[in-house]
Amino acid sequence: MSDTGLDIAMTVNGERVAERVDARTTLVDFLRDGLMLTGSHVGCEHGVCGACTVRVNGEIVRGCLMLAAQCDGAKVETIEGLSDAGEIADLQAAFEQRNALQCGFCTPGMIVAAQDLLKGGGVPSRDTIREHLSGNYCRCTGYQAIVDAVESVAKARAGGKT
Amino acid sequence: MKPAPFAYKKARKLDEAVSLLGEHKDARLLAGGQSLIATLNMRLSAPTVLIDINGIGGLGGIAHKNGKIEIGALVRHVQAESNELIAKHAPLIARALPHIAHPAIRNRGTLGGSIAFADPAAELPACLLALDGEIDAAGPKGKRTIRAQDFFKSLFETALDAEEILTAIRVPAAAKDARFGFAELARRHGDYAIVGLAASARGDGKKLSDVRLAYFGVGNTAIRARKAEAALAKGDIDAAVAALDLDPPDDVQATGAVKKHLAGVLLRRVAKELMETV
Amino acid sequence: MKIVEDSSPVLTALDRPNSYIGRAVPRPNLKRLTQGRGQYVSDVNLPRMAHVAYVRSPHAHARIVKIDKAAAEKAPGVIAVVTGAELAKVMTPWVGVLTHLKGLKSAPQAPIAVERACWQGEAVCAVIARTRAQAEDACELVSIDYKELPAVTDPETALDAKTPVIHAAINDNLCFERKLDVGKVDDAYVSSDAVIETTFRFGRHTGVTNEPRSIVADWNEGEQRMTVYQGTQAPHMMQDLFAKHLNLRHDQVRVVTKDVGGSFGIKVHTYADEMATVALSKLLKRPVKFVADRIESFVTDIHARDHRVRAKIAVQKDGTITAFEIDDLTGIGPYSVYPRTSGIEANQVVNLVGGPYTCANYRAQARVVFTNKNVMCQYRAVGHPIAVAVTEGLVELAAAKIGMDPLELRRRNLIADDAYPTQSASGLKFEKLSHHEALAHLDAMMNYAGLRAEQMKLRQQGVYRGIGFASFIEVTNPSAAFYGVGGAHITSQDGATVKLDAQGNISVHSGITEQGQGAEAVLAQVAASAFGVPIERVRVVTGDTDNTPYGGGTWASRAAGIGGEAAWQAGKALRANVLAVAGAMLQAKPDGLDIRNGIVVDATTGNERLPLEELARVAYFRPDTLPSGVQAELMATRHYVPRGWPFAFTNGIQASYLEVDVDTGFVKLLKHWCVEDCGTIINPQLVDEQIRGGIVQGIGAALFEQCLYDERGQMLNGNMADYLVPMAAEMPDIECGHVVSPTADSELGAKGAGEAGTAGAPACVMNAINDALRPLGAKLLVDMPFTPGKILAALGKV
Repeated sequence: MSDTGLDIAMTVNGERVAERVDARTTLVDFLRDGLMLTGSHVGCEHGVCGACTVRVNGEIVRGCLMLAAQCDGAKVETIEGLSDAGEIADLQAAFEQRNALQCGFCTPGMIVAAQDLLKGGGVPSRDTIREHLSGNYCRCTGYQAIVDAVESVAKARAGGKT
Repeated sequence: MKPAPFAYKKARKLDEAVSLLGEHKDARLLAGGQSLIATLNMRLSAPTVLIDINGIGGLGGIAHKNGKIEIGALVRHVQAESNELIAKHAPLIARALPHIAHPAIRNRGTLGGSIAFADPAAELPACLLALDGEIDAAGPKGKRTIRAQDFFKSLFETALDAEEILTAIRVPAAAKDARFGFAELARRHGDYAIVGLAASARGDGKKLSDVRLAYFGVGNTAIRARKAEAALAKGDIDAAVAALDLDPPDDVQATGAVKKHLAGVLLRRVAKELMETV
Repeated sequence: MKIVEDSSPVLTALDRPNSYIGRAVPRPNLKRLTQGRGQYVSDVNLPRMAHVAYVRSPHAHARIVKIDKAAAEKAPGVIAVVTGAELAKVMTPWVGVLTHLKGLKSAPQAPIAVERACWQGEAVCAVIARTRAQAEDACELVSIDYKELPAVTDPETALDAKTPVIHAAINDNLCFERKLDVGKVDDAYVSSDAVIETTFRFGRHTGVTNEPRSIVADWNEGEQRMTVYQGTQAPHMMQDLFAKHLNLRHDQVRVVTKDVGGSFGIKVHTYADEMATVALSKLLKRPVKFVADRIESFVTDIHARDHRVRAKIAVQKDGTITAFEIDDLTGIGPYSVYPRTSGIEANQVVNLVGGPYTCANYRAQARVVFTNKNVMCQYRAVGHPIAVAVTEGLVELAAAKIGMDPLELRRRNLIADDAYPTQSASGLKFEKLSHHEALAHLDAMMNYAGLRAEQMKLRQQGVYRGIGFASFIEVTNPSAAFYGVGGAHITSQDGATVKLDAQGNISVHSGITEQGQGAEAVLAQVAASAFGVPIERVRVVTGDTDNTPYGGGTWASRAAGIGGEAAWQAGKALRANVLAVAGAMLQAKPDGLDIRNGIVVDATTGNERLPLEELARVAYFRPDTLPSGVQAELMATRHYVPRGWPFAFTNGIQASYLEVDVDTGFVKLLKHWCVEDCGTIINPQLVDEQIRGGIVQGIGAALFEQCLYDERGQMLNGNMADYLVPMAAEMPDIECGHVVSPTADSELGAKGAGEAGTAGAPACVMNAINDALRPLGAKLLVDMPFTPGKILAALGKV
């Protein structure tokens, strides 16, 4: 039984990527080890902690529960890409102001998940924010600062600029 | 936690997938992958071939035909969550879907995969039992339809043969007098349920008939509590709780005794719901 | 001492113009983290780097009879397969003992087990390959013959004659024992109106840091130097230990720690598999990386908190507490963890029970016993969660027994705010605490009377809400009394170097470390304030033994109080040095000058005299223009160690308001409050966030977390689905308030705040649950975590 190498091609953060991967390489390991995009993190490898949350074809997914091979032809976005594109600038600023991150390990996944909630528009309640982020583990903050930051961004986006 | 090595094959057609399953005796099908890849990462399973069926056309639709709602095996949980046909004609499934894990998981997980995997603590198998649903499968011997009540055999074991692929699930479209109830208890939002109950009945005022109480998290499979159903059809909630024919095993989250007690609590809450729905 | 609102800055004796002390400044190092451009050890990639995976014992206790590595060595990508016996030639074993814990004993522990595996998960063989996946493949090919040995898994019987002794060389399974008997406890029992007794149990926990333990060791054979990238809290301590056990000099070892994905004490310890990884790099002469995966983290990251405490309290009808007594039994792993020892947690429990109160009669006994489960050691708030839960649980039992309001009972027994300096019955020395002020503030903040009224009203409707409290003291800013006196090479002092660069900006190099609590921000705020520049002109360097003063790192809530003070002194010293040069350049008296906003100014008028950029330009590039005899010293290093007090104790009080669903046993947390006195607050937002995070960890203890073992020593729930950590949907909002009692042992007056949340939260959640269920005649709930099953059992429903 040999390791099967597959040729895959996808766009990652807008950049066309063509690589040879082992079939068993997960998407997050491909991003981190293959492309050196280490902003997406590995916390559990069984889909519970959310540190590996990235976007595939516009939807958030667990990077540890998808194979890189499955992303052939897909559009993949990581925290680095979202950041450089400016899409999450207000979320990043709010997180920094409110200290909604401490060690920062959950933060890329948390911000990607928060952006997924907010793209729906409107101002979700604090309970709804907590529910949407209920699959992203944070050991440092106790979550309140994160909810505060996401709520403030939702309000700012809904209310326009102050 | 890296998976053991495997070969990856992408099937473009259903019969291709079936024949690949026949060719590779320890192959596994990759649909949503939300349970499969976790087990591969933990090396709880080490198939030598993964057959990716995500590219097979014709398995991703939701349709209302012949008085039934047919949901293709590859329909993602997130699609089903926002689907009007399911909301209108299979509201029990719509109730259950938001309880499944978290948004990132629901974006990839499929209804077919959930039914075929048959985790005893999962919501959808119980919903299928409560709705007297059926499952379509395709194999080397052709297609067949299996009733939900004959489908869930034992722990992670279904009536599917080794070379069969689940292609669709089907439930009756809700009748005018249909009543539904759903409740689950989990320590944290999105966790597998400690105990859950998916229920349907026909109602005439407070009077219930054709009661189906499908519990999950209480045994090796989702199961119907038939004695409790009979008592509830007679209108006696206390008798239904006393008659609860469940013998859950202990697990790391709760003892069997606790699960049984919680099953009774859920029964009261769901019974109230069934009897009061207008 | 004054009560402080969160949002307004604190004016203290340190008040300087443009001071950052007391301000909620955002942390300067956050952009790289929100962009996903941090550098965690798990991100480190070096040329020729190999990956190690460990074969781990499936048995809790087994002799390793034979290891057959032939098949593994031939597997694809494998570089080497190394056994414990082979690695023993490269690295010496260690023993986790300290002399000041009298009688503490343990057996030598090797980086990879040699003759016996002593817990399920202990590493028994190393496989090094080009990728982690290939290493794991080859691990499956290592064939090991084990002879299973009886496993000791019940602490209650670990010392029985017929229980097997794990390490024959140390005669029995007793690691450490401590007894304390002060005052007249037995007289108090006889003369008191009520004596209440119960047994508290605390589930074993683990830290579940989001980033697992990670290490990259890089032995450079040409330089004869080992560089270790490690997410450790104490780089200098690890430098000492790597050097010692590899027979190298300190200066041959460099430890580098940049971003750390959570630690909470988990990463302050010495792990066999991390030591092995370093030894393997030396053996193989190339970088070797080890990242513990989540499954192995559960069985190898230190566990903590596994205690059974029999406890008694005696009280008079008028509320006077007359005695406390405890009998604490804790079952650790088969080894006392090195070098801080696994005796400290129990030692703290003995020290801390009864701490906030005036009661002078106290008897305690603690026994620490070895078992064949994963090792146990210090984890956030070490011992405090146990001691506070026992003390505060007893206090509320006493209140219920005599029919007194639980806050009132506390008022009658907490040490008076003007009684200081004083000490606890156990001999802890208190400089200045504020129990009463904090209690009064909490009472007002939570509208206690209003909540009681609401509780009563809802009870009539069959809704059962509870209110629970916990007063506590907290160890911070430890002196050498904690570890140094016991012979450990763990420094309690710390140092900071502040350097002016050629553009007039400063860098601060400190021996404390950052794990997310904001150490970098604290250092920047302190240095900016002491020196006189805007915070944007400060760069902070931590976590590098080559480039910082010798320091202790971060643990026991010492970073702000000790590291901050060193930075404060260094900033002041550099300011004096710079003003000496400025005085020479301006022909003015240095003490008539100041530095504000990056400019040398006239101290009295504030008139700008000389920008720092200009001073730096002259000092570095035109020293020929300075008066003769003037040598610019634009770098200053200062150290600090607390000498006045063994520890800077802090105090606080917490409250939990919750609702119990008496049909399901589920608990809904409605709100939580904490009033904390940690002395001078350098950054109120960071302090509050430490408290919030700590409280949620404590809530995990009270409701969710437990490492479950079967009688064979197998961990049953070692994954993220079965070991329940708190997630967002179940957590309450937490309100924080402050009192400020600075310590006089430093100029900043800052004490620590990192662990207070975790110390008090389990106690007050427990008290709130019992308060909710008391009118139903429920049995007492004293066995954490309080799962629905336990609550239903207490209600008699199962």
